[in-house]
Amino acid sequence: MPNFSTNEFKPGLKVMLDSEPCSILENEFVKPGKGQAFNRVKLRNLKSGRVWERTFKSGDTLEGADVMDVDLEYSYTDGEFWHFMDPSTFEQYGADREAVGEAEKWLKEQERYEITLYNGSPLAVTPPNFIELEITETDPGLKGDTAQGGSKPATLSTGAVVRVPLFITEGEVIRVDTRTGEYVSRASKG
Amino acid sequence: MSDWQPSAPLVNLKERATLLAKLRTFFSERGVLEVETPLLSQATVPDPGIEVFSVPAVGSETGLRYLQTSPEFAMKRLLAAGAGDIYQISKAFRQGEAGRYHNPEFTLLEWYRVGWDHTALMREVAELLGTVLEIRGWQVWPYRALFTELLDIDPLTYGNGSAVPESWLPVARSRLGDVPRDLDRDAFLDLLMSHCIEPDIEEWGIVFVTDFPPSQAALARKMQVASHAVAARFECYVQGRELANGYWEQSDPQLLAEQLKADNARRKRRQLAERPIDERLLAAHHHGLPDCAGVALGIDRLLALKLGADSLQEVMSFAWPVA
Repeated sequence: MPNFSTNEFKPGLKVMLDSEPCSILENEFVKPGKGQAFNRVKLRNLKSGRVWERTFKSGDTLEGADVMDVDLEYSYTDGEFWHFMDPSTFEQYGADREAVGEAEKWLKEQERYEITLYNGSPLAVTPPNFIELEITETDPGLKGDTAQGGSKPATLSTGAVVRVPLFITEGEVIRVDTRTGEYVSRASKG
Repeated sequence: MSDWQPSAPLVNLKERATLLAKLRTFFSERGVLEVETPLLSQATVPDPGIEVFSVPAVGSETGLRYLQTSPEFAMKRLLAAGAGDIYQISKAFRQGEAGRYHNPEFTLLEWYRVGWDHTALMREVAELLGTVLEIRGWQVWPYRALFTELLDIDPLTYGNGSAVPESWLPVARSRLGDVPRDLDRDAFLDLLMSHCIEPDIEEWGIVFVTDFPPSQAALARKMQVASHAVAARFECYVQGRELANGYWEQSDPQLLAEQLKADNARRKRRQLAERPIDERLLAAHHHGLPDCAGVALGIDRLLALKLGADSLQEVMSFAWPVA
């Protein structure tokens, strides 16, 4: 992979730091008028999700990380790996639990997910911002408990539990914001 | 293409015009003469912290001209010629300095007072800032006192040559985590200054830092303060942001030549190209630079401070990315 100098550090650039793949979030140029220039850089460690802050001497370089984002379709899980497929090449990728992480509760067959590949293997799985899922279990909610703000828990086909309005019933398909885990609306038909 | 529009709101550009008019009034009322000097010169500064833009040019021995990084050398030639108190508002250019508070092309106010020392000039800078920013009061901190007070480090202790004293590393690590390797002593002090001290003095209003380590004299003269050699130089910070840099100018041609050579040596150590020494500047000094103090102040930063802007883009018609 090519090396990148501090003046090429842009948000989104993927680089290796301490042998870990990282994505640059921010790059601030700091320099006393008569002195050494520095770059104060915020990076997200793509493995741990942690944010690191590091100061570099301007002109220092980091090796680029072989990281790319691809859109893949979720197929199935065998309990150990979650398998995704490239719909155009039919190539399969198995993501382990660490890579799937929080996305597990939003995994629906044939849905597309953004997979971050590092050296060719899945490093992280990002669900679409909105996803439509069927409710497999919820109370009828006829009593209308207003103290709860007019909502009730509902379990979705993926196992995720979200709060939905009282009028929503079992078997309905709803639209959920995966970033907040909140109900958005009933799914559009068709 | 949507980025044809100005970086700054037009109202801020009106504020810029007002500020420039106010500065010109300030100096004309004090009998300081406005001058203009070339932006493109055959010589440039050897300062290891500054990278210059060079331009192919017909009519230069080297086939090159340099865009000025400040009007200092040309203004000193005017001083040597007897121009008296002078000021200039001009563009200056520094390669690679792009960021929130940096723009590779920026506007500099530089002025010189004949017969003054840097302490007298500090007072005038404070008066100017008082007028523009409506801040009353200012404080002066010797470099050493500031480092001792805020970091418990004595910046005038010396280890081995240009090596960083061992005892400084834990202080930097406790504040910054990992620190860049292979920094020399002055670069390490710059790191502490920009990453630890500047944030700590954000609430202090107008702060002048003086009596720099002699290795950071640049073109200031050196003097003795309480048995320590220091540089007769000041930096002015407002809300923790560096705004101006001033010297009691080195007028001795021999010492000046040595300082320029030392800068080139530092460039070499940092594996940067050395710069040809400006012989016309040295000749002017041989003719005689009057005893004087000079200061350069960043107009874009001053305007950003005045308007409470969060970046220089907000006060420039077309900042670097869209210029």
